[in-house]
Amino acid sequence: MLNPISLAFRKAKNEERPALLTYTVAGDSSKKQSLNILKAISNYADILEIGVPHNTPVADGGQIQTSAYRAIKNGIKMNDIFKIVSDFKKSKNSKPVIFMGYYNMIFQYGENKFIKKCKKSGVNGLIVVDLPWPENKNFSKKCKKNSINFIQLLSPTTSNKRLKSITKDSHDMIYYISMLSTTGGKLKVSPKKILTNYNKIKKISPKKNCVIGFGITEKTISNFKNTDGIVVGSQICKEITRSLNNRQNPVINVSKMVSKLRNKIL
Amino acid sequence: MKLKKGIPVIDQGDRLGFWGGKFGGNFVPETLKKPIEDLEIQFNKLKNDKNFIKERDRYFKNWIGTPTRFIKLNNLTKYVDGAQIWSKIVSDANGGAHKIYNATVHCLMAKRSGKKVIIGDTGAGYAGKMLSMAAKKFGLKCKIFMGAKDIKRQQPNVKAMKKNGADVVPVYSGSQTLVDAVSECMRFWVANCDTTAMCVGSTVGPAIFVRICGWSTSQISRELKVQLINEFGEVPKKLKLYNCVGGGSSSFGFWNEFMDYNKKQVEFIGVEAGGPSKSKRHAAPLTYGSKIGILHGAAQYVNQNSDGQIEETESISAGLDYPGISPLHCFLKDTKRARYTAASDEEALKAYQIVTKFENLRPSLEPSHAFSVAIKEAKKLSKDTIVIVNSCGDAYKDRGILEKKLGKRYVKSN
Repeated sequence: MLNPISLAFRKAKNEERPALLTYTVAGDSSKKQSLNILKAISNYADILEIGVPHNTPVADGGQIQTSAYRAIKNGIKMNDIFKIVSDFKKSKNSKPVIFMGYYNMIFQYGENKFIKKCKKSGVNGLIVVDLPWPENKNFSKKCKKNSINFIQLLSPTTSNKRLKSITKDSHDMIYYISMLSTTGGKLKVSPKKILTNYNKIKKISPKKNCVIGFGITEKTISNFKNTDGIVVGSQICKEITRSLNNRQNPVINVSKMVSKLRNKIL
Repeated sequence: MKLKKGIPVIDQGDRLGFWGGKFGGNFVPETLKKPIEDLEIQFNKLKNDKNFIKERDRYFKNWIGTPTRFIKLNNLTKYVDGAQIWSKIVSDANGGAHKIYNATVHCLMAKRSGKKVIIGDTGAGYAGKMLSMAAKKFGLKCKIFMGAKDIKRQQPNVKAMKKNGADVVPVYSGSQTLVDAVSECMRFWVANCDTTAMCVGSTVGPAIFVRICGWSTSQISRELKVQLINEFGEVPKKLKLYNCVGGGSSSFGFWNEFMDYNKKQVEFIGVEAGGPSKSKRHAAPLTYGSKIGILHGAAQYVNQNSDGQIEETESISAGLDYPGISPLHCFLKDTKRARYTAASDEEALKAYQIVTKFENLRPSLEPSHAFSVAIKEAKKLSKDTIVIVNSCGDAYKDRGILEKKLGKRYVKSN
């Protein structure tokens, strides 16, 4: 049986489009609101990345930092985040969920306890930004044993040799970081160059679903129609901030935005 | 967990960069793996390259002005009436603090690898000031990340950085202090690592930065050992080395050459920042038993809540105001080679007053923490015990704080 993440990719492939992955921070701007955002956008997105906010994020740009600090300030705790996922998974239109965060949160929770809790609350995959290969070997094995997809990251600086080793140790999905940037940077390399690298990865590892993230917005997303999947994060976080500043409902605005994103890749 | 003899501590990490199997490592985004690996290869080669060592020593001697003085504080010794109190005046170094050693080595390396820009973090402003000096010296463009709160409280160093042509980038996130400056600096490196070299200002960060910094500041103890032998004919039988510990670069450098001595002969005492005595906040993870966590790419004892969020620190000393601590010091603590304690803001200020009253020496707020504990403990020690305090920074940068806390008469200009 295919795991829910692979199933989501297959479904998108059957519809001849890339899978749309969104990223929102758990607890931004409140537990309830972030849950409502997840429920609303899951009408349009295929896989939902949920950011586990951390207060010393070394790879996140301004927009995601703002969202994360807002969530932490409003008191979000690790167990609340699990609760958001399990509540979301009970909703009728739920989608596969991937946690994206920093290793210290897992380390403090305890690796085994964390994985167990992920399984129980319905988390399907994990992206740990600061646990690269080969440091992540043991942890990713543990995830696999528990049917949780550990998603390896690749970047433009990843050497070919590393690329081969990492893809070999990866599970069903891999994540290609489009450029040298923190999240939310302006796309500073041409989509053509990104796609060349993407194709290189696909050649080495044709069966794995490879998504592209970092710098993807409404303006750039249509360049990547012929890929397995695309991640949009910072632009959504920015929309939440904008809505809050204008005293508008972020749930409605974000949902509109994700619907538009979806239309651009059909 | 065991400290090995005959092998430099910076080289005692395992294949993945962990000291004692659990401190340090490389918890970094994939993008930084390559530049870090490049730096490792470069450093491992250069540290055994005679020409590079010669070049380093030439700049250390002619530009930094090594060796810095090693002097007896006669009046303070009389006042204390216990152990002899000596000081290694590392603030003699060009720029006024030990941060110049690491900055110089990083710039030499950046130059060799063809990088045009170097970036760095700073708390007290010394790491930034020295990096801006070294960058100017070696013709590199320089960008310094500094917490907005620190920019306010360490103005003299900010001015110096700007004068040296560095771009000082204020960091407004989080507590607006060193921890956020380091995060922001790392983020900038993630986005620009193809053209830019990064210098981490202390023995913190991914393992390679811990190693380069420790290797650079070890100049302090290399000099001291020679000076001790010149003064006493040998390394004294009862020697105690007091040093403040924030990230841990000056203390590590002050101790490194004496690592293999029995701790009964050469004892290391690290003094962390206890923060205001009335506040629960502090910057003393080793003293107050903080748990191991990951901060800025390395596993270390770090102030954090049960979820793993890094906690805000509080200290009068911007240079010690950091929630974590070098993996090297975690290793020295757990192997019991060094002993760690803390001094409060008030104790540091009092020590500053005592030292400046008796001696022609103005330690900055960071070494004032070390002086506080040294003075207290020296009172109970025998007259043949040699207490040495590393006076690793000059108080010029603290004049604003000192004037506010103690009044104008404590801030006579040089």
